[in-house]
Formats: sequence, structure tokens, C-alpha cells
Amino acid sequence: MSQPDSAVADAQAGGGAPESLAALAARHGLRRAIARPSLPAYLRQLWTRRHFILTYATSRTVSKYSESALGQLWQVLTPLLNAAVYWLMFGVILGQSKNIENYPAFLITGVMVFTFTQRTVTGGAKSVSSNLSLIRALHFPRASLPLAYAVQELQQLAWSMGVLVLLILVTGEPITWLWLLIPVTLALQLVFNIGMSLFMARVGAFVRDMNQLLPFITRTWLYASGVFYSISERTDKLPEVLRWALEFNPAAAYIEFMRDLLIYQRFPERWAWITCVFWAVFALIVGFWYFWRAEERYGRG
Amino acid sequence: MAELTKESSHVAQEESQEPKPAKKPKPPKATVELGTPTVIVDNLHIVYKVYGAASDSQKGNAANALMRIVRRQGRPQMKEVHAVKGVSFVARHGEAIGIVGRNGSGKSTLLRAIAGLLPPHKGAVYTDGQPSLLGVNAALMKELTGERNIVLGCYAMGMSPGELRDKYDEIVDFSGIGEFVQFPMSTYSSGMGARLRFAISSAKTHDVLLIDEALATGDREFKKRSQKRIKQMRESAGTVFLVAHNLDVIEDTCSRVIWLHKGKIKMDGDPTEVLAAYNKA
Ligand SMILES: Nc1ncnc2c1ncn2[C@@H]1O[C@H](COP(=O)(O)OP(=O)(O)OP(=O)(O)O)[C@@H](O)[C@H]1O
Ligand SMILES: [Mg+2]
Repeated sequence: MSQPDSAVADAQAGGGAPESLAALAARHGLRRAIARPSLPAYLRQLWTRRHFILTYATSRTVSKYSESALGQLWQVLTPLLNAAVYWLMFGVILGQSKNIENYPAFLITGVMVFTFTQRTVTGGAKSVSSNLSLIRALHFPRASLPLAYAVQELQQLAWSMGVLVLLILVTGEPITWLWLLIPVTLALQLVFNIGMSLFMARVGAFVRDMNQLLPFITRTWLYASGVFYSISERTDKLPEVLRWALEFNPAAAYIEFMRDLLIYQRFPERWAWITCVFWAVFALIVGFWYFWRAEERYGRG
Repeated sequence: MAELTKESSHVAQEESQEPKPAKKPKPPKATVELGTPTVIVDNLHIVYKVYGAASDSQKGNAANALMRIVRRQGRPQMKEVHAVKGVSFVARHGEAIGIVGRNGSGKSTLLRAIAGLLPPHKGAVYTDGQPSLLGVNAALMKELTGERNIVLGCYAMGMSPGELRDKYDEIVDFSGIGEFVQFPMSTYSSGMGARLRFAISSAKTHDVLLIDEALATGDREFKKRSQKRIKQMRESAGTVFLVAHNLDVIEDTCSRVIWLHKGKIKMDGDPTEVLAAYNKA
């Protein structure tokens, strides 16, 4: 009984010579179990999973804080404490504040904006590798996972922004009509974050050492992004190319954009707009394409 | 959903084009009217690559890892496990196929390959629509309540909020876990977890459902319920694969049994025959 009866029977019914199983599959319109949907089909599947993405994000937030006594109060406390620590280190102890006016606002803006990107990317890198049981149990477009992590960070960002705006006001900056642009830059940054985290999700799924390495990478990025110092001021002695590279760094661009709005009260330069939009579009397209290319390979091993 | 309707219309077309079926010699075994193929497994080989299978001399602490890098041995050598070796069969609409075999004979591996979760090393798996695998460890989020897990599971399967509202009570009823649905799943007994998972994944009509020992921990009453569910699925022209070590369940539920042995099909056919042979072995 090496060859199943039914296959033989069907092959004979098909007429004449025994039909191969592949031909039988083709005749009945069966498709390979391992097949990546086309990009438009994938996008459509992803759209039908939008409720899953949202519910998964909120569920993760709930379960994340379910162990702690203060619960979701940590969503406010974490950014506050973060800001306090950095201000203590770089504002008070290391004394960076001399050259920059309103250093606390400068610093806190940088920290909040950078944290948004950093957390989304770190979460994205883990999103596939730490959900293997879910991936092996159910079929859904895998990009839902990094997207859900991004949505979760977006929910966190709402609280962080509240804290940020409050602190900015406390340090004596006025409310201006430029604040209307805050959602615009956040949206651009979100798109960039999603692209990055999709990219990192695939890397993290297959490069097994990525999650160990990532903290060092993001910290280097943090120091290179002008969170604690002003890039334009610190780099005037550097060669033009290097300086240009530092300012073209997406994190630095989003941070400077936000500082323009909140602290310097000036409409961001054209260069800043171009950088921010470019990174958002570039990251999303490359990240999504790169993630989708390996869709059928997630969850193996 | 669009895919589904397309498939069924395709099938209908197929029937009308073929003038032969009347003459077609029906296989004598078939008791249930068998439909067109839903799953075709064609000379399938699955190989696992295992990293870090280490001998005693190279245990996995940091010093040894460093020594290996210094000595340029790279990572601990990779080994291959040939879990499925050339399996072929055709499954049809309306069939419930039991898969039996010793521990490590490749049953779970085969199901995961059919579900499209493992890449074939050689050969291919062809399916009609997307099979769903219901495994032992198909947990969603343990630290969340059963209620949340129902919502998440249904959305992950692609239901809309409307469909979820319709199905929610049915799922809770079917799982029979009552007020425990408000408790985190980490507090469930293994049977309760299995009931809820089965209830969630069977809430949607699947063309092909793969069940891997997911019913093993259920009590008698639940076994009856789940068997009824499986029968309904077969009647609605789905195909069910069932892996179980409890042969009674297979005998009661399945219309065909495949006996896997060391990654190969040892026997494939009528439940009573195959199970008798399997019991003797
Ligand atoms: N993730 C894995 N990595 C490497 N080898 C694996 C993996 N999973 C299974 N195997 C190997 O593949 C073979 C078949 O395993 P499989 O889990 O399919 O057996 P099974 O028939 O489901 O057994 P059981 O009855 O215990 O569930 C075994 O030799 C096992 O060691
Ligand atoms: Mg198994």
C-alpha cells in the first residue's frame, strides 16, 4: 500500500496513463501550501486583520501592566522617570546646559521622540521571534505582529506626548499655532517606525543573535542622534560629509523637527521636511517589501 | 472569503465539464460520498535543521563558545533530522483522516507541513484554501482572560466584529468553561485550555482542519461534543485530520487512517484494518 488507492483511482478516472499527483492538484486548482500571496492580496489580508492588530496591541498593554501594582499608571510614570533621569545626568551632573537655552525642554523632547522610535523598533525586532506559538497555530498575515507592536507604542506615545507637552509648558515655552504640526511629524515618524520595525522583524526572526545585539545598536544610535547635544553646534569641526550624515539621520531629523515646533517656535526648514518625508516613505516601502518577501518562512525551525 | 466562493464555483464547473463520473469506478471502500481533493501530499520530505546539537565536550557555556570561535570552529555543528521521508496521499472533501504512529514518527511534522508552516525539503503539499492547525501548544496569550483570547483568536482568523458578536456566546457555550472565561488562561487546567482552543478554532468553518492531540486532555463529555463538531465539519464537505494516541477517538471519528512509521506511511486505509494492524505491531 505504498501508493494510496484513491490517488490511483483518480488517476485512472482522469483518463489513460496514471496522472501524477502534481497534475491532479493542478486539475483541481489546488495550490502549494507554502506560497506567498501577491503584494496587493497581502495588503488586503492585512486590512481584514485590522481588528486583530488593534486588539492585540491593547491586550499586550493590558497584560504588560497586569502584574504591577500601579498598573497602567506606568504608561505616564515611565516617560516621566525617563525624562527625570536624563535631566539629572546630562543637565545637572554633566552640565551640558550652559550652551543651550532651556536645556530641560531640549533634552526631554529629544528623549521622548527618540524613545518612540527606539521602542517601536525594538518591539518589532522581537515581534515575530517571540510569537512563534501564535504563528504556528493560526494563519494571519505575519506583518500584523510588527504592526500591532507599533500600534501599542503609539498608544504609549499618546501618554508620553501628554507628559512632554506638560513639561514643555512648565519650562516656560508658549503654545503656538505651530503645535498644529505636531500630529504631522508624529505621523511621519510613525510611518518611519513601522517601516523600520517591519525590517527589523524579519532580521530578528532569522538572525538569532539580533535581540542581544539590538540594545547596543539603539544606544549608539541614541548618542548619534543629538538627544543630549546640538548636532549643528557640536559638529562644526567635523568634515562636511560626516556632519551631513549625522543630520540626515532619521532620528535626529524627527527630533529637530519636534524641537523646532515646541521650543524654537519656527517653521521647520525645507531640508527638515524633505528628510522627514523621505525617511518615512523610504522606510515603509523597503521595510514592508523586505518583510513580505519572507512571509512564508516565518515560524519555522 | 472571496477565495472560498471562487474555489467552490471552480469545483462545480469541474463536475459539469466531466461527462465521465457515471462510468467512473467508485472505490468500493468509500462509504461517505467523497468529493474532489482538498489536500494532496506529493512525495513529501521534511528535514529539520538543528543547531547546537552538542556533544558532551562542547557544552553551551560562554567560555566554550568563545573557545570555538577562537579555534574557528564556527557554531556548534548543524545536524539534520529527516522527520518525514517521502509521504504521498490524497485527501478529499468529507474525509476525516486519523494519523497514528509512535512518538517521533513525524505526525506533528506532517500536519505542520500541510498547514504550510514547514517548508518541504523535497516534494510538495497542495491544498484547497488555507488549512488550520490546532495543536497542543496553540495558546494565544496565557496571561489574558479567556474572553480576550476568544476575541483575539476570532480576529486572527479574520472574522469581523459582527461575526464575532454572533459567535461569541456559541464559543463560550461550546467550550463549557462557564464563568472561568473571565479568568486568565494561565489559571486554566490543561483540559479547560484545550476546550477553549478547540471552541475558538472550530468556530470558523475551515475547509481543512488539522487537529494535533488537541482533544487528548478533554473529558468524556467534551470528547463527545468535539466528535459531533468534527462530524458536522465533514458533512459540510470539509476535511479533518486528527492525530491522537487514543485509538478509540480515531476509530469513532475517522473514515480513514494513515499509519506513519519513522517518517513513512506504513499503511493507509480503512480504520478497522489499519488500527488492528497497528495494535498488533
Ligand atoms: N522543532 C524541531 N526541530 C528538530 N527536530 C524536530 C523538531 N520537531 C520534531 N523534530 C523531530 O522530528 C521527528 C518527528 O517529530 P514529530 O513531532 O513530528 O513526532 P510525532 O509523531 O508528532 O510524535 P508524538 O507522538 O510524540 O507527538 C522526531 O525525530 C523529532 O525529534
Ligand atoms: Mg506530535
